[in-house]
Amino acid sequence: MTAAHIAFAAFALITVVSAFVVASHRSIVHSAFGLFFTFFGVAGLYLTLGADFVMAAQILIYVGGIMVLLLFGVMLTPSRRSDFVPARFLRALTLGAIVLVGLLWVLKNAHWATQELASPESTIDEIGRQLLTREQYLLPFEVVSVLLLAALIGAAYLARRRKIVD
Amino acid sequence: MFEQSIILSAIRDAIDWVLGLVGQDISILPLPVQVVLCGLIAAGGLMGAIAFAVLIYVWMERRIAGRMQARRGPNRVGPYGLLQTVADTFKLLRKEDIIPTGANRILFAFAPMLVLAGVVAAFAAIPISWDADKGEPIMIADIDLGIFLITAIVATEVIGVIMAGWASNNKWSLYGAMREAAQVVSYEIPLGLSLLVPVLIVGDLSLGAATEDQLGGNWLIWRNPFMWAVFFIFYVAGLANCKRAPFDLPEAESELVAGFHTEYSGLRFSFFFMEEYASMTLISAIGAIYFFGAGDLFGLQGSSSLIMFGVLLFKILVSIFVMMWIRWTLPRLRIDQVMTLGYKVLTPIAFFLLLGVTVWDLYDLNDKLWELFSRS
Repeated sequence: MTAAHIAFAAFALITVVSAFVVASHRSIVHSAFGLFFTFFGVAGLYLTLGADFVMAAQILIYVGGIMVLLLFGVMLTPSRRSDFVPARFLRALTLGAIVLVGLLWVLKNAHWATQELASPESTIDEIGRQLLTREQYLLPFEVVSVLLLAALIGAAYLARRRKIVD
Repeated sequence: MFEQSIILSAIRDAIDWVLGLVGQDISILPLPVQVVLCGLIAAGGLMGAIAFAVLIYVWMERRIAGRMQARRGPNRVGPYGLLQTVADTFKLLRKEDIIPTGANRILFAFAPMLVLAGVVAAFAAIPISWDADKGEPIMIADIDLGIFLITAIVATEVIGVIMAGWASNNKWSLYGAMREAAQVVSYEIPLGLSLLVPVLIVGDLSLGAATEDQLGGNWLIWRNPFMWAVFFIFYVAGLANCKRAPFDLPEAESELVAGFHTEYSGLRFSFFFMEEYASMTLISAIGAIYFFGAGDLFGLQGSSSLIMFGVLLFKILVSIFVMMWIRWTLPRLRIDQVMTLGYKVLTPIAFFLLLGVTVWDLYDLNDKLWELFSRS
């Protein structure tokens, strides 16, 4: 039982418990706030894996961006609690069980290459170098940025003020 | 872990000394316990320092407001009214803790803590001084992610405000929360872009590296002709991000009672109050470190880290004063004006400046212009 194990257990607990709240709570706003803790727990899991940049990006993008957007949308919808429908619950349970069995099967049969990890170094230098080196990931990086730009222009086009034609 | 930061290793030594009094040393504690203990002590110290600073700020704010409105401000309790805030704090502590009937109790109670925690946590990555002997910044955690982590952690504050506004079950609060969400998410873009410029010049995300880079009067604000404009954008976006006037729409008291914290009273209210001043300090500290040389005074401060801390504190206080000055001078913007300013004015200018600084650095125009002038 090392410090890494304790940290992993704590973050995993936060993630799983809050994810359960997200899935099971009747009020959609509660689910949204539960998702906030899930994102935090996942960020912590990234940290225990030594991926510090991914951890900060997770918080910045999911908590600071997507979460706010989600809450914005959720608050504008009527806060009606969803009803418990047994047939729907049964269908979800069946589907969930199938996915669970599939995942367990994959986990059992996958070949896990394990090795003892050294104390994690900061990854940010290496990420920067790899993203901006031509032999590495420069082209995909730039293509993704163009894709994002296209998405941005598309969103602005959809949300623009239309002239009223009579 | 402990080798990385001067403050944490100092705390570790202090624990070691205390345990030495009972004939033990720190190695009797397992490493995880040591790490958590030192972190908790550092966090407590940080919290205490911020609470103390807020006492001073509130007094400053009220005195400055008084002076600007041609009245006196608090001047009865203690010398120059300095103890007025202490008295007010006791008043706040004694107030009844009210949770409205229709409110969501859990989220209502959790929101003020989340709001304050996000801002206070960001201070861990702020260097308060420079240790000339070791050649290291004095900070709680010298993380390589630096400013990236700070912007990420501060983003959680928005969630806290939305949580407070929604959990209060009050239309005014919800309006305030929606405004906060729209405003802060919008202004994160120009803020991030203007912070990218110093990062670009220093070549490191850590604020400790920025402190080192500017020692001896080599402040980033002098590096190229775009920097003053970049600082201006940073400051305006920073004001909007800490909900300070003229961007205080989330709590606009003339329209929304008190915005997102309408239903809060007593200690919970004071958490929101502390958060506002803490985030003002954070923005001021980042501005001082990234543009005005951190604790450097043109090399005159020598190698004393205490004087450097004082210089940094002075710069932060000047910036805080300007924020208060702006608050009591400018009227509040309308929400559509806030949005227009963010998206149509600050963001394009910030992009242009980022491009300009990149080109300037790429072609080494500082040296070329210097040659041109010295030849003629």
